[in-house]
Amino acid sequence: MLVHSLFFYFFSTIVVFSAIMVTISKNTVYSVFFLILVFVSVSILFIMIGAEFIGMIMLIVYVGAVAVLFLFVVMMLNVVEETTKKPERKGFFNNISVGSVVGIIIFFELLVVIGGWKYKNSFFSLSDLRFVSDTTNTHMLGKVLYTEYIYLFQVSGMILLVAMIGAISLTFSKKDNIKRQNYFNQITRDKSSGVSLIEVETGKGVKLDD
Amino acid sequence: MIEIGLGHYLTLSAVVFTIGIVGIFINRKNIIIILMSIELILLSVNINLVSFSIYLQDLVGQIFTIFVLTVGAAEAAIGLAIIVIYYKNKGSIDVDKVSTLKG
Repeated sequence: MLVHSLFFYFFSTIVVFSAIMVTISKNTVYSVFFLILVFVSVSILFIMIGAEFIGMIMLIVYVGAVAVLFLFVVMMLNVVEETTKKPERKGFFNNISVGSVVGIIIFFELLVVIGGWKYKNSFFSLSDLRFVSDTTNTHMLGKVLYTEYIYLFQVSGMILLVAMIGAISLTFSKKDNIKRQNYFNQITRDKSSGVSLIEVETGKGVKLDD
Repeated sequence: MIEIGLGHYLTLSAVVFTIGIVGIFINRKNIIIILMSIELILLSVNINLVSFSIYLQDLVGQIFTIFVLTVGAAEAAIGLAIIVIYYKNKGSIDVDKVSTLKG
């Protein structure tokens, strides 16, 4: 139990510290790296309390995909140069006063909810998807996710598809000076349009239009 | 103090949530950090769901964590695509200068 608490305090301290550093660091690349540190520490916490599958998925999805996406965008957009060019942050202290008031209010609201939570037991016994003691976490999740929640699972796949199509169609740009393949024209051309016999005069070249 | 219970995890999630909210407020320069703060908020929600799931020995919390994760990834992709196309059009992603609609 002591080891558990030591690990919890260690990793939660890292989580809180890096979350603060994500928001206040001037260099956006450093923010992305601290975000990665937050995700790694939270996934370690998840693995520690017994949600191994979620922890690993979090590592794969967030660190492997989302954080790398952020990193690519940060490097592509040249924000680093922009932010270091103007080191003075006008409006930072105005914003931090309003932000800290709102943040403190929200934090104490959450603490009231956490500290005062006493619900009826019947409130919690709504679902019958209890843990089974002799199987692993991944096994239990797989058994439930593909049977009880198959529709939600499909819908989440559709959400990812829509996100992919949206991201591609937003950033796709047609350029005039680039020749692209036109498959239909390529397949449907025949001999009459593709080959031409030209009588070449001696001493003169042939001018072909392309 | 030594015994780690549900309250510790809920407090951690509340702290991370608050940091995310304050992060949205104090970053008026860089819209990418605002997106990262939204990711932090989603992460705190995930901590909440997973800790309740473990505490109640009930799988639904972890199932919904997977869905929150999916929606978070889709949101990050769309948001970053919007940022990229905005930067291409305007040459800057300063939040204060995003005022075409004068909202």
